[in-house]
Amino acid sequence: MTRKTEFIQGNEVCVNAALYAGVDFFAGYPITPSSEIAENMAKRLPQIGGKFLQMEDEISSLCSITGASLTGHKVMTATSGPGFSLMQEALGFAVMTEIPCVIADVQRGGPSTGLPTHGSQGDVYQARWGTHGDHNIIALTASNHQDLFTMTVEAFNMAETYRTPVILLMDEITGHTREPVTLPEEGEIPIIGRLRTSVPEGVDYHPYLPREDGRLPMSDFGGKHRYNVTGLYHDMWGFPTTDPQVIHGLIHHLTDKIENNAHEITRYREYYLDDAHTVLISYGCSARTALHVVNSRRRRGEKLGLLELQSIWPFPSELIRAKCAHASYILVVEMNMGQVVHEVKKAVHDPECVYLANRVDGEFITPTDVRNIMRLIHGRGV
Amino acid sequence: MSVEQYMRKRFFPHIWCPGCGHGIVLNNMLRAVDELQLDQNEMVMVSGIGCSSRISGYVDFHSLHTLHGRALAFATGIKMSQPNLSVICPMGDGDALAIGGNHFIHACRRNMDLTAIVMNNRIYGMTGGQFSPLSGTGVAATTSPQTTIDREFDISSLSLASGATFVARTTAYHYREITNYIKEALQHPGFSVVEILSQCPTHFGRRNKLGDSPEMLKQYKQNTTKIGSEAKQENPELIERGIFRQEIAPEYCDEYDKLINRAQQS
Repeated sequence: MTRKTEFIQGNEVCVNAALYAGVDFFAGYPITPSSEIAENMAKRLPQIGGKFLQMEDEISSLCSITGASLTGHKVMTATSGPGFSLMQEALGFAVMTEIPCVIADVQRGGPSTGLPTHGSQGDVYQARWGTHGDHNIIALTASNHQDLFTMTVEAFNMAETYRTPVILLMDEITGHTREPVTLPEEGEIPIIGRLRTSVPEGVDYHPYLPREDGRLPMSDFGGKHRYNVTGLYHDMWGFPTTDPQVIHGLIHHLTDKIENNAHEITRYREYYLDDAHTVLISYGCSARTALHVVNSRRRRGEKLGLLELQSIWPFPSELIRAKCAHASYILVVEMNMGQVVHEVKKAVHDPECVYLANRVDGEFITPTDVRNIMRLIHGRGV
Repeated sequence: MSVEQYMRKRFFPHIWCPGCGHGIVLNNMLRAVDELQLDQNEMVMVSGIGCSSRISGYVDFHSLHTLHGRALAFATGIKMSQPNLSVICPMGDGDALAIGGNHFIHACRRNMDLTAIVMNNRIYGMTGGQFSPLSGTGVAATTSPQTTIDREFDISSLSLASGATFVARTTAYHYREITNYIKEALQHPGFSVVEILSQCPTHFGRRNKLGDSPEMLKQYKQNTTKIGSEAKQENPELIERGIFRQEIAPEYCDEYDKLINRAQQS
């Protein structure tokens, strides 16, 4: 059987992959450059009996998918920077109540309305720290359509596994670029479904009592267990509490369930790292440019390598420390004023050898931009 | 049957102040559920933030205590994804109409089969008695030491203009009307709004010298009248109680099911 190859936009890839992962409920609000995700969901979901809602804003979009997730559905919304800012309140609610959902943020230039039709990677920290209070989050990204398909499916899998919102950090460039993607056959990428409780009806069900492995089996709203869900600190029944011991346990559970599984969550690609003197670290659209630079320099015998991050949060500090142990220079390529570069500096032994290669004028960072910055680092001028 | 079977007694006593009207609303809402013999496993209560919103914790339904003003947005996702569920959204006046005002009017417009109950005490109680968009002018509150100059919403008019297909109003004094209107609202196949004037002696009554809880309840008797009554014609200041609209219009989940059929046929 030949697999189907399509020549489509990244935003369409995201929709195809979400459907592959089993999404059957989407709510959103129009915003450039993510609108094609909502448009394609509006077309595709009813064809499979799923539901699409166009809500009054991004706040209600995330709220409504969170409600739909509680009834047992796989849910998603998509937005861009300004809409993602509006979602931060509901994002914190989904974190606190441990409700699985996927939020695609197709990044554009910011702050504020910024540059709606051009690419940026300025929301890396918004994904991590946009909502208030101590918490942890998973954010995935991809530089090409094939990986975007996989990462979108992984986003749904991780949302279910860790009972958490997962951010799919796309960008205008991957979202709007058309390139071939081979659609995997059913079963080719594993799909993780919802873990539901085996507690029988009539027996006290503790929706917020983690198992030994940290996982929390769910019960659908409308099912046999009636329980409370609240954004307040809550006990194992889901009831509000101010008991310091219970609060301490809850906050540690919310942060540890992701931090302790960082090695399971981390996704990356590596190119020529074994003998690299200079390691480029990049992600999303910028990793396309970084890979071009590495490939062309390797042909000239220069020992460059690329570590492409596909998961950004939890930050893969140990991976970076290990992969950069022998690097003389580390160059973080990203389209912002420096976000991942700060995390890399914190991760490595010698932060002085970490440099930023960036571009923030709305134009896609080019191999020449990166090469010029490398020449400057080496004191050779442009 | 008693309303106690619908309560989570483990989580009592409740947090409401002595004399608060919200307990009357809870009691008579549960009477409505009991009289309709609704299946608790198919009942979902979704609330926002505030004194009124704590009501969802005390009922033995599926209960979701959400964000300030967002109850209807969460409820929309629940109902749309599982239309067989009965979804009740008790909200405070500030919750439903200040921070949640946009969600409120769009929920009215969509006509999804949700039951919105606005427990209107004209004040933000939980945060210490600040004025709300329902306080109206001349009201003393902690954020209006010189009394308010802000004009109030009329919840019924707003609901009607926004397209709600069932709109009713009553007060905590008229407790049988609470049960009757909520029964009608729960059975109404579309978006329902039931406004219930509910006394807050602690913050509204005390600061505005309206007396204690029984005194405030008596005022509901005195300053309201049935829709279209002669008393209203004689005294236009009276607040009307009753059902303002009860109309059948296309319900959102039903319409979406038809949309699915069309999508699958084409």
